[in-house]
Amino acid sequence: MEAKKIFDILSGKFGGSIQQLQESTFPPSVVVGSDAIVEVCDFLKKAEGLDFLSLVCLSGVDLKEQGRMTVVYHLGSMKHGHMIAIKVELDRSSPHVRTVEKVWPVANWYEREAYDMFGIVFDGHSDLRRILMPEDWEGHPMRKDYVYPKRYHTWDV
Amino acid sequence: MIGLIGHVTSSLAHAGPLVRLLVTVVIMLVSAMVVLAVALLYEGAATYAERKVAGDIQARIGPNRVGPYGLLQFVADGVKLLIKEDIIPFYADRWLFIGAPYIVFTASFAAFVPLSYSEHVSVADLNVGVLYVVAISSVVSMAILMGAWGSNNKWSLFGGMRAVAQIISYEIPIVLSLLAAVILPASLDMKDIIVYQSGGLGIFRWLVFNNPFTFLSFFVYFIAAIAEVNRTPFDIPEAESEIVAGYHTEYTGMRFAFFFMAEYGDMFVVSAIATTLFLGGWQVPIIGGLSMPVWLREVLEVAVFFAKVFLLIYVMMWIRWTLPRLRVDQLMDLCWKYLTPIAFFNLVGASVWVLLLHGRGVYDLVAGLLIH
Amino acid sequence: MAVADEKFMQVSMGPQHPSTHGVLRLLVRTDGEVLSSVKPYIGYLHRGLEKIAERVTYPQFTPFTDRLDYLASMNCNLAYAMTVERLLGIEIPRRAQVIRVIMAELNRISSHLIAFGSLSSDMGAFTPFLFGIREREAINDLFEMVCGARLTFNYIRIGGVSQDLPEGFTDRTKEFLDYFPAKIREYNDLLSYNSIFIKRLADIAVIRPEDAFDYGITGPNLRASGIRWDLRRAEPYLVYNELDFDVPVGRGEMGTTGDAWDRYMMRIYEMEQSAKIVGQCLGMLAPGDHTAKVPRVLKPPVGEAYVRAENPRGELGFYLISDGSTKPYRLKIRTPSFANLSIVPKLGKGVMIADLIAIIGSLDIILPEIDR
Repeated sequence: MEAKKIFDILSGKFGGSIQQLQESTFPPSVVVGSDAIVEVCDFLKKAEGLDFLSLVCLSGVDLKEQGRMTVVYHLGSMKHGHMIAIKVELDRSSPHVRTVEKVWPVANWYEREAYDMFGIVFDGHSDLRRILMPEDWEGHPMRKDYVYPKRYHTWDV
Repeated sequence: MIGLIGHVTSSLAHAGPLVRLLVTVVIMLVSAMVVLAVALLYEGAATYAERKVAGDIQARIGPNRVGPYGLLQFVADGVKLLIKEDIIPFYADRWLFIGAPYIVFTASFAAFVPLSYSEHVSVADLNVGVLYVVAISSVVSMAILMGAWGSNNKWSLFGGMRAVAQIISYEIPIVLSLLAAVILPASLDMKDIIVYQSGGLGIFRWLVFNNPFTFLSFFVYFIAAIAEVNRTPFDIPEAESEIVAGYHTEYTGMRFAFFFMAEYGDMFVVSAIATTLFLGGWQVPIIGGLSMPVWLREVLEVAVFFAKVFLLIYVMMWIRWTLPRLRVDQLMDLCWKYLTPIAFFNLVGASVWVLLLHGRGVYDLVAGLLIH
Repeated sequence: MAVADEKFMQVSMGPQHPSTHGVLRLLVRTDGEVLSSVKPYIGYLHRGLEKIAERVTYPQFTPFTDRLDYLASMNCNLAYAMTVERLLGIEIPRRAQVIRVIMAELNRISSHLIAFGSLSSDMGAFTPFLFGIREREAINDLFEMVCGARLTFNYIRIGGVSQDLPEGFTDRTKEFLDYFPAKIREYNDLLSYNSIFIKRLADIAVIRPEDAFDYGITGPNLRASGIRWDLRRAEPYLVYNELDFDVPVGRGEMGTTGDAWDRYMMRIYEMEQSAKIVGQCLGMLAPGDHTAKVPRVLKPPVGEAYVRAENPRGELGFYLISDGSTKPYRLKIRTPSFANLSIVPKLGKGVMIADLIAIIGSLDIILPEIDR
């Protein structure tokens, strides 16, 4: 299905929460307000004709210059072979967004990674721990303003 | 060699009791040393053979660096194991941990004693030889549990539990299969059993060919024996991909080597029992009926005995390097749902056969028919 | 991490364990042999590749992609190159496309050979592993001819491939393709249809299609669940739309669709298909450039792209954001094993320890690409 059409369906259903369609990206992305993300995702997964059954990828992006952080959900449908990216823009000083783990269980791990790397807090997540870094690591390494530590326990880094 | 003791002591009849005791002890020690040396040599050779067989099966060469054709590889391995650091884990139960390898090795080595290698070569001609071997090899399971518990390691404990469950379960089909065989010679003495199988060109009166039930018993015994010595596909007590190394996870150096040698020792023992009870022991096929000097006969008999044993050991190696491993519950299924009932059936069948035909085997029947 | 419940034993499987396929730690709670929960801990191999990507130029990152899935470096190179090319808008010469497909499929075969071998050694049969290695050597030799490396190739570059095929490559590849089908039959005889092997894997850890979608399972693991989804067919890249090959799916031949045996068998079937593809591609090789004209300094225009390709282990995707400079602004690597591993806690409930090994082995995870 065309991205424009998906955007129209979403706009019709969720109104103002669907903010923008970016057709220059590949795949095209839809910017969604952070409070509606779970409902939008649930709709995208279950709606007839959309069937975005799989969360292909979930990435955090740190847009430091704009004072924002983005969570990008790449959704794919193996039934129809189409893809779309859903973006949620968050305040960089305290990034919070609701978890979509109930929609796609795999989000559990993706969100843990985004939390680990960017410090994005996924509200309602069942097990929000660091996943790649040690549990007592300080800071979130993928942030653009991350300062490399000099030492970790007894080791020089 | 017990006979030798009797011979020597009777010739020392005029000497004092102390001298007689001393001579007896010396002879016993010497014969133990000889057997130990032979056993160690065999174990070295077996590890070399295992690696060469594995190499052959796996499209590679195997050891070929130390000595000609890598023949001295086992010496190098032994030296390496001897000089390795001997680690006793801090939280281990010291005495259990230290004791286990010795008991394992002793039990495995003690099982060599009643074996009859030829008509006159045996360490001790026990009249309960079969029973003795079955009993002494069960001690291994106790020692394995000692080592597993003493290591204070969870993987070891898993291995120990698996080993005990497995060895005790498989004792049952083993003993039942052996019983099905020994009711024919009606003796538990290894030598008597072998002598019973003489005749028929040294082949056809083997107990395995005696009747259909002993034939089946042989295979039940051999499968159960592979499980008894913890080899693939029944190597779950030391399944390295599941529980690291099972009960000997924490063992290093010589202590590990004891477990290792005990495994090869057990392989020899179970193969020797199979040879003795089912495959005619040291009976020389075909030319055995000819008259020849005693020494030549003895040499031939020992050679035949070892050839049969090594053939069975080779089959075990072949199976090990071909098959995947069973899961622990499937292993128990195999024992309790298949092998044990079959073994019972064999025992009953063999008993009925003996009762009805007065111990005559298939060969005797066929030969009898041909003569008439 | 105190043991909360006396009934269960808490065991840490890994990070050093023979069959966790790398440094993966699984915290398992067991009641005897039966697991009540499995909790994977990852990150032991985390090297911060995504962070590194933000500090190096686009071409400089290609060697790092080798280190993602080191058993399928060519495929990782390919997916990364395709991502950057999409942002740059470069058209790849036809010869380069065909060479890329040959490399990707040869690497798929070699990766599946390791998957086949490591699952077999997890199941206790070590011989098939070495058989797999034997054929993999032949493929490694081919790669060595092409680029000099045998593990981390760095051969597929942005714009094409680093150099043209050497003389004799076609003949040697044909030679390999001629004898490879016979080897696959050998694997099937030795392992795939071995009854112990089937018993160990059939009906174990069934992934139903819904679960496969929910947990983002891709690649052979998804197809084993009966879903015909292969990016080479669904979103054809390079010259895949001109090639004639099948996408095998699980049919539950030995048990339930989507069980461990189906997942294993997908790899065998895919090797056959890949060999078929390579054969066709050799015929499609026409003279031409091996690389497009690529500027010395790569400055993709501002934009973002998520490009994915079918790797041996599933869908490998690169989400690349460019800010118009010579370095990526953000590179997110979506690796198949990461998602595939996330289903383990669900599959690992109520199975036995040996089954957990089968689950890990049949999912064919590889840790460097999980931890990145």
